[in-house]
Amino acid sequence: MKEWKNHQRNEDKEVEILDFNHSRSGNKRVRKKQIQQQNTKRKKKNRNKEFAIVTYAFLALFIGMSGYFAYFVQVKSSDFVNNPYNARLDRLEQYAIRGKILAEDGTVLAETQVDDAGNETRYYPYGNVFAHAVGYSSHGMAGVELDANYHLLTSHTFIVNRLANEVIDKKNPGDDVVTTLEVPLQQACYQAMGSYDGAIICIEPSTGKILAMVSKPDFNPNQIDANWNSYVSENSDSTVLLNRASQGLYAPGSTFKMITLLSYLQQNGKSFQFDCNGSFSYDGYEMHCYNGKAHGQEDLIAAFGNSCNSAFSQIGLELDLGEYNKLCDKLLFNRTLPTNLQTTAKSRMDLAEGSNSSLVMQTAIGQGKTMVSPLHMAMIASAIANDGKLMKPYIIDYSQNDGGTVIKQYTTESYGQLLFAEDAKTMQEYMRYVVTNGTATPLNSDLYEAYGKTGTAEFSSNKNKDHSWFVGFAKNAAGKEIAIAVVMENVASGNAYAVPASKQILDTYFSTE
Amino acid sequence: MVHIIVSASRFSMIMLMAIYTYYCFAALRSNISPARQERIYHKQTLVMYELLLNGNLVLFLVLEDMRVLGLMVCEMVLFAITLIIYKKIYENASKSLVNNMCMLLTISFIILTRLDMEKAIKQLLFASVAVVITCFIPILVAKLKVWDKLKFVYGVVGIAGLLFVLVAASTTYGAKLSISIGPIVLQPSEFIKIIFIFFSACMLQDVRDFQYLVKTTIIAALHVLILVASRDLGGALIYLVTYLVMVYVATRKPIYMFLGVAAGALASVVAYYLFGHVRDRVIAWKDPLSVIDDQGYQISQSLFAIGSGGWFGSGLGLGMPGKIPVVTTDFVFAAISEEMGAFFAICIIFICISCFLMIFNIAMQVKDYFYKLIALGIGTLYGTQTFLALGGVTKFIPSTGVTLPLISYGGSSLLSTMILFAIIQGLYVLQVDEGEFDEGMEESPKKRRQRG
Repeated sequence: MKEWKNHQRNEDKEVEILDFNHSRSGNKRVRKKQIQQQNTKRKKKNRNKEFAIVTYAFLALFIGMSGYFAYFVQVKSSDFVNNPYNARLDRLEQYAIRGKILAEDGTVLAETQVDDAGNETRYYPYGNVFAHAVGYSSHGMAGVELDANYHLLTSHTFIVNRLANEVIDKKNPGDDVVTTLEVPLQQACYQAMGSYDGAIICIEPSTGKILAMVSKPDFNPNQIDANWNSYVSENSDSTVLLNRASQGLYAPGSTFKMITLLSYLQQNGKSFQFDCNGSFSYDGYEMHCYNGKAHGQEDLIAAFGNSCNSAFSQIGLELDLGEYNKLCDKLLFNRTLPTNLQTTAKSRMDLAEGSNSSLVMQTAIGQGKTMVSPLHMAMIASAIANDGKLMKPYIIDYSQNDGGTVIKQYTTESYGQLLFAEDAKTMQEYMRYVVTNGTATPLNSDLYEAYGKTGTAEFSSNKNKDHSWFVGFAKNAAGKEIAIAVVMENVASGNAYAVPASKQILDTYFSTE
Repeated sequence: MVHIIVSASRFSMIMLMAIYTYYCFAALRSNISPARQERIYHKQTLVMYELLLNGNLVLFLVLEDMRVLGLMVCEMVLFAITLIIYKKIYENASKSLVNNMCMLLTISFIILTRLDMEKAIKQLLFASVAVVITCFIPILVAKLKVWDKLKFVYGVVGIAGLLFVLVAASTTYGAKLSISIGPIVLQPSEFIKIIFIFFSACMLQDVRDFQYLVKTTIIAALHVLILVASRDLGGALIYLVTYLVMVYVATRKPIYMFLGVAAGALASVVAYYLFGHVRDRVIAWKDPLSVIDDQGYQISQSLFAIGSGGWFGSGLGLGMPGKIPVVTTDFVFAAISEEMGAFFAICIIFICISCFLMIFNIAMQVKDYFYKLIALGIGTLYGTQTFLALGGVTKFIPSTGVTLPLISYGGSSLLSTMILFAIIQGLYVLQVDEGEFDEGMEESPKKRRQRG
């Protein structure tokens, strides 16, 4: 028999076993050998308990990993597969004809036409109107063409067709992608922008669907190949290809007073009184109201409605800058926006504690170093409309095979509460006041109830050239809702541009069913 | 036409793999009769050959290279010899473990042939050498009784070996691992981990007191620290986990385990702030796409491959696994998943689980305490290394840069894993040989009791 080396490891155990043996056998003279054997057996059993624990721990790790792996392949992989760095995408073109891009109602926005010789041409029926939203598929791609590239080049056509195509060496039809874009709304936005540069983006607050997205200057995607060199040549300062709605960064102007207001409400509540005489001086820096207008005695809501720079300079100085910064971070400044779009710009707001008072005053009214994207402002408006809850913006609704069977459905995703529900309700009240009594009165309509904030952003030393802003939302009795951000560049002065443009868009949206 | 065959083969290969994996677990059921078990193992062997045939024929069509067929024949012969050795000479060996070893090698040969013919040929050579070397190991383990008396040898050789690597090794991918002796490139730490298990088992077989345990732990920690200094973090982690589990089982005190894990966690945090390469791995793990041009390139490429392949894979030769850096070693799993499908890849995970369970099963049955600890150490080491390799590639955990046992390219890794498996076979042989004896031992006290 083999000698067990560990039998004397623990004397307590031995005594224990001796007792155990004693009671069971009734024999007082237990031989040492027997103790050893019993001891060994017992130890083996007990030791196996530790073995079992280790085994289960490893099993749990492996099963967890398999689960994660399956989850990755099923759910997360599309984020990776569709990345432009994934060289495999280029290869897909050999096997599939690029699918169509469709509007929400099935209208074709982009399709590939194949002539008798097998030459493929990408055709965009609406030309410039959907230029940035739909994008282009050559020269590195942009817009939905980029975001949905993988779907467009992957075929889920009926298996028999696929086999037949294999045999005769023919390409399979790629899947079609249905977007959230609405054609009439997109056209209204395109027209509302007129000949100005700038951006408009419309989002459905309850879902996050991007309903329309316009950026100007624009281009005709049908002629992208012919004009490409002029867009990207070194001596061209053209920003035609930039989608200003999602990637453009602008000084927010007075629309930023929404955030200043929210911070003040959180810190000090609604109590505020100010007597505006058209300008405000502090610490040697003078702030003027728009056109030097004196607003007289104002409470908080009136100051917001009048977009009073003097009052908001005072408000800015009263704010705890740490909390102000924290609120901006919470509202998605200085970080990648939570959207399903591949390329978005990060808004910037950074007001260090102890900044000099002139910078504080400027920041409070939306000047200073703060920069925002129209998409970001629309998201904030969308969250306010939705009682604080932000739905992640997305533009691809689902992909379907050539027979119309849905292959991949993108569901609405909640980001969570961007701001507290009660804060959102107060903001709604204040933004409604801007339309009923403030700077956006042209938006009063029987068709809908509009809420918002206007803005005029100075972007250069030329006082006669401004960016005109409107950020807000509107809803009707039937529950139809839309959040909107409009920015028009280089206009003569403020509200006379973005507000009427918004009116045109909202009128169109709410007059159709 | 080739395209159709390759496409269809994806499904046939997944089917074969699924059947094989099912058999792995079907044979583990407790109420199964030995004869049935035998039949299942036999069928498993057949399925393995079918997969080898299927995979190589597809590769032949895709690569249009006669060498594929030559390789296939050599592989079949090698497996036949291996199976015969363990069937005829070591009658009592674990068939499950032999089958799994051959199956994992089959997958390795298929994917290496696909990725790099030269490496596949070399790997086949390594495997043949390893089979020859390891066929003596079970008998040595079972018959030589000196293994538990060499603790000083193990300790000295282990530390000296690792120190030598630290000083003399050339740096590959940021870690000092390889020693070149003429045409042969060795990774000594692959072999020292075996010695380390023996060392730990020797020391822990009789933990006399706390002081003794501290002494042992200091020597073990020295191993780990030298590895950290060589920047072989994956290796350090494997040694550490193996040692902790062995201490836990030997002392039966979870507190040591928790202390060890706490120390390990603390060390990781320190390492995170101290070493740039650790930080890089963590950054790449958190959001690889945001640093795709830099630290995240490798893991992103791996995930592109896995994601693009999807559940059924692109088909052998139709993917682009060549885009993944070090695809033949650390990231071989991503290449398999891309071309043979995620289903196939998950089956591999389950075959690895089956190997792990078999080793632990043997560890639980072994009576001799020293050998029990050896089996435990081998099982833990295998489990840890497999988990780190698979987890790193799939972004489940930060990448630690360890090879996937038996599948990754590399002679040292292959040989050391096959040695570990052979040691387990030796223990299995030992265990079954002593089986009758043990039963008799259990009966005798009962008889005595009856008499009393």
